[in-house]
Amino acid sequence: MSRRRLTPGATAALLGLPVAFISYFFVYPLTAIFWRGLTATGTLSFDPFLDVLTSPSLRGVAWFTVWQALVSTLLTLAVGMPTAYVFARFRFRGRALLRGLSIVPFVLPTLVVGTAFLTLIGPNGALGIDLRGTVWAILIAHVFYNYAIVVRGVGSFWEQIDPRLEEAARVLGASPWRTFTRVTFPLLRPAVLASASLIFLLSFTSFGVVLILGDLAHTTLEVEIWRQTTAFLRLDVAAALAVLQLVGVGVLLVVYGRTSARRSRELPLQAGDTARPPRTRGQRLFVWTTVTFMMLFLGIPIAVLVVRSLRPAGGFGIDNYVGLFTATDSAFFVTAPEAMTNSLLFAFAALVIAVVIGVLAAVSSAYSSSRIAAMIDSGLMLPLGASAVTIGFGFLVALDEPIDLRTSIMLIPIAHALVAIPFVIRTSLPVMRSVQQRLRDAAAVLGAGPLRVWREVDLPIVARAIGVGAAFAFAISLGEFGATAFIVRPGNATMPVAIFRLLSLPGATNFGRAMALSVILMVLTGASVMFIDRLRRGTGGDI
Amino acid sequence: MLDVQRATVRFGPIVAVNHLDLAVASGEVVAVMGPSGSGKSTLLRAIAGLEPLDDGSISFDGEVIDEIPAHRREFGLMFQDYALFPHRDVRGNIAFGLEMHGLDRSAVNRRVEHMLDLVGLAGLGPRAIATLSGGQQQRVALARTLAPQPRLLLLDEPLGSLDRALIDQLLDDMRAIFDQLATPVVYVTHDRDEAFAIADRVAVMQSGSIIRSATPEQLWDDPGSAFVARLIGLDNIIPAATVATWPGFSVDDEGGSVLLRPDRLTLSIDGRGCPVTIVNDRFSAGGHRVLAVTRDGTQVAVGTMQRWSAGDTAFLAARRDAVAHLRD
Repeated sequence: MSRRRLTPGATAALLGLPVAFISYFFVYPLTAIFWRGLTATGTLSFDPFLDVLTSPSLRGVAWFTVWQALVSTLLTLAVGMPTAYVFARFRFRGRALLRGLSIVPFVLPTLVVGTAFLTLIGPNGALGIDLRGTVWAILIAHVFYNYAIVVRGVGSFWEQIDPRLEEAARVLGASPWRTFTRVTFPLLRPAVLASASLIFLLSFTSFGVVLILGDLAHTTLEVEIWRQTTAFLRLDVAAALAVLQLVGVGVLLVVYGRTSARRSRELPLQAGDTARPPRTRGQRLFVWTTVTFMMLFLGIPIAVLVVRSLRPAGGFGIDNYVGLFTATDSAFFVTAPEAMTNSLLFAFAALVIAVVIGVLAAVSSAYSSSRIAAMIDSGLMLPLGASAVTIGFGFLVALDEPIDLRTSIMLIPIAHALVAIPFVIRTSLPVMRSVQQRLRDAAAVLGAGPLRVWREVDLPIVARAIGVGAAFAFAISLGEFGATAFIVRPGNATMPVAIFRLLSLPGATNFGRAMALSVILMVLTGASVMFIDRLRRGTGGDI
Repeated sequence: MLDVQRATVRFGPIVAVNHLDLAVASGEVVAVMGPSGSGKSTLLRAIAGLEPLDDGSISFDGEVIDEIPAHRREFGLMFQDYALFPHRDVRGNIAFGLEMHGLDRSAVNRRVEHMLDLVGLAGLGPRAIATLSGGQQQRVALARTLAPQPRLLLLDEPLGSLDRALIDQLLDDMRAIFDQLATPVVYVTHDRDEAFAIADRVAVMQSGSIIRSATPEQLWDDPGSAFVARLIGLDNIIPAATVATWPGFSVDDEGGSVLLRPDRLTLSIDGRGCPVTIVNDRFSAGGHRVLAVTRDGTQVAVGTMQRWSAGDTAFLAARRDAVAHLRD
């Protein structure tokens, strides 16, 4: 039984819009960055690259970017692996709920995470220690942010490893530690590598967290690109840094692609639900300690953020929230309600763009021959590899000609859509591919034409997955800061931009309002993610 | 020798092993038989040290081993469906226990070659686990378990998922290997033929306890209870009060049930015995298995050498030892 394929002409027609969009808003700006880097001195030269590579401070930034990402990854693994083990192997009350909640930090906007940690370990922090501007603040926030990747990514894999393999090793004379190193870890390795590369990538390109918690005492390439552009107006240096970062990310993506390919190839024995209630006192203690640690580590920063937002100078109340809506001082370039309206409008526009482009691309990939599909897949996943800051920077550098779009209000949702398109494709494509051909055949035999078949058979099944992708796009747009920071204009600031401006203003009132706005942003994002979870039930998929 | 005393394992409200006593002498093969869910596997896991006891105690060669972790007990456990390491080849699987015991490389290699010979897999050392047939995987699992020379051998449904012809061959092979071992062997199965073929003694497990322990012959001749009779495939079980009313059956109505052995019942048309109507006749290797129904509506299975047709009337009679009383 052969799958019905699109004709090459039909594929080309469907792909026209996505290819044009990606070319103009992604490939062209990236090329422009390259070109700007190479021709900054007026003639073709590699000088800016040499400058970057020979400047001690910029080399320091590059080195810091790499090592903090590496340490963040290792720390997250060290903290997350025991939790992954507990969720994979033990059944206890609240397990499903807690596993669901563990995703919350991961979907929080980076600015909210940064703000939450400021309230905890910043100046006047709840813990009484000020780690702002130290590498520790950045590392802890990265662990907080990426915890769920290990718990869910490694944990769901661990669950599928037959526990009797470990028991067999024990009976054959292996101590618990040797059982882990000789049996469990080798089987787990693909999942650990995949999670580790993802965490490394996210820490490598981390922007909001480093900007707020590093306080410019520590900057990554991402922050430095932003600073060179907006503070020093050194576009040539920024271009060279962006190219440097792109190369790093490219290498990482290849590694990630390899490991995730292996991960899907070599599934170990599946044993159904292998989790059991803890039996011994030691096991109960371990489960209890791990779960308690997770709840405190993930819960406290959020709780402190909420509590602080409710505590205006000396008292307890909603003054900060009221202030957001009534303040008329010009500290804002926009008022908070305007920022919220902007964010929601942009998010909706980004959702529409990302869904149209993403679904067109997914359909043309799902119904094409495997060779064409592979090309489409890798081409359209490209934006996943570029950092948000690079996208924003590219817009700034490139989009003045042939048409000057830099002042267009559509630029922000377009940038957000670029970040979101890979997510739309990733959530809908596997579902589209899984629709059984015999259902389509049945509809065709019953008299439905090709378009009608798609509408009657494919669309109802795929609609939920598209809904998941759409909600993702919405949530991503709400929290997006890196690209927005470049292209935002005074009149169209979004919520993350407003939070960042409030944070950089002096005074306890502004700080309190930044937290109140962060809480509102967190609630909005949380609502869209809960919507995703409800849709996703039944369509499968991890993270 | 192995000595399990009043062993108890609970999973929340469920008592999987309930004050169980079991002793196995060196060189003895004990088959633990029971329906699924009776706690057989949990018992093996407790002996291996994978499941802590909630009560009772296990000792080996006079030493209490309750506090010794699984990896220091030096027992061998062969898992149901084998649990072979997918990331190691055949040789790597068999070598695992030897490496854990610190043998040097040449000693490991010699022992692995010997084990491969023993289980009839010489030359298959470099093969990946996924490429093996079910019977070959079973042999690798057996070799992996035996390689470190365990002090006690535990086998959990080792032939569970294989086909009949292969089971008969592997039973012979395993019996020959066990005969050379001086260790106690505990062999868990739900299959009567396997238990009878491999074991010196059969321990019957019900709801977490051993309710009967006897040689296969004793068990066959005198199942003792309806539960055991059904477990070993004897299911012609009828209330004693009913059989007492049948002409030609001199059964005392002591209450309870009696077991009628199909191969010791006869069907005839000579008018002697209990009148029955034939329900159906099924030929199986060695004779006919006839299902008949008496006037009081009781169905009885009879083994005969003759074909009967549905609807025929006949007379059911008992030869010597056809009837055994059962406790319930």
